[in-house]
Amino acid sequence: MNLRRDVFQAIADPTRRAILVLVASQSMTAGAIASNFDTARPTVSKHLQILTECELLQQEQNGREIYYNLNPKKMKEIADFIEPFRKMWDDRFNKLETIMKKNKRK
Amino acid sequence: MEQKTKVHAEDGKQDLTITRQFDLPIDLVFKAYVEPEIVEQWMGTKVLKLENKKHGCYQFQTTDPKGNKYRFNGTIHEFEPNQKIIRTFEFENTPFGVQLEVLVFEKINDDTSKLNIHVIYESVEQRDQVLKMPFTQGINMAHNRLQEIVSNLKDHSINHPAAK
Repeated sequence: MNLRRDVFQAIADPTRRAILVLVASQSMTAGAIASNFDTARPTVSKHLQILTECELLQQEQNGREIYYNLNPKKMKEIADFIEPFRKMWDDRFNKLETIMKKNKRK
Repeated sequence: MEQKTKVHAEDGKQDLTITRQFDLPIDLVFKAYVEPEIVEQWMGTKVLKLENKKHGCYQFQTTDPKGNKYRFNGTIHEFEPNQKIIRTFEFENTPFGVQLEVLVFEKINDDTSKLNIHVIYESVEQRDQVLKMPFTQGINMAHNRLQEIVSNLKDHSINHPAAK
C-alpha cells in the first residue's frame, strides 16, 4: 500500500512526468535526459532516483553507460488504480439506467 | 468504445469528478436520486431517511451477509429539481471524513442527459484512500457473494426473510 502511494507521489511532480514521457519512446542516459531540462543536473538525478526507486524507471547497463527506460508494468498499475472505483460507479449507473428505462415504459 | 462513466482524478489533488451520460430524459435521472425506493434499487442500500430539500438530510444503510450494518449520512445544502444537488456524504464510523458532493444534471436532448459529480474530500490522503477502497472491497465482495449464496442455500428450508 505504501509503495503504491509512493508511485503517486512520484508522478505528482511535473518534471518527473516529463521524464517519463521522454523515456517512453527510447532508452536514455541520465545526461541525455538532463539536457532536455533547464534544471540543474543533480536535481534531474534526484528525480531519476525517485522514479527508479518506485520502479517506474528501469536501469540498464550498456558498456559504461546506464540507460533509463520505462517500466510498462508499473505504469499500467497506475492506470488500473482508478479502474475499480470507476467500475463500481459504472455498475451502479448501469443499474440506474435499466431501472429508469423500465420506469419510463410504465 | 468510449466509456459511459468516467472518473477524473488528478494526482495530488483532493477532489475528483465522475461523469456519466444516460440514455434517459433528465427528469428520470433526477427521479432516481429522489425516490427512496429507486435509490434503494440501484445503490443497493436501504434508505432510512431522505429529505429532498435545503437543510434536509439523508441516511442510508447497507447490511453485509454477516449482518454487519454500515451507515452513510449527509446533509442536503442545495436542491434544484432536474438541475442540481449539493450535499455532504459521510461513511459513519470510518476515518474517511466528510466529503462534499456537487451533482449537476444536464439535459443533452429529450432522451439523453448527463450527470456530473464533483466530489471534494478533506485531504489528498482521504481522497486516495476512498479511491483505493474498491480494491479491498472487491476482494471482500467476492467473498461475501459466496457467503450469501451459501447462506441462502441454508436458509431456504427455514424460510428466512432475505435481508436487504
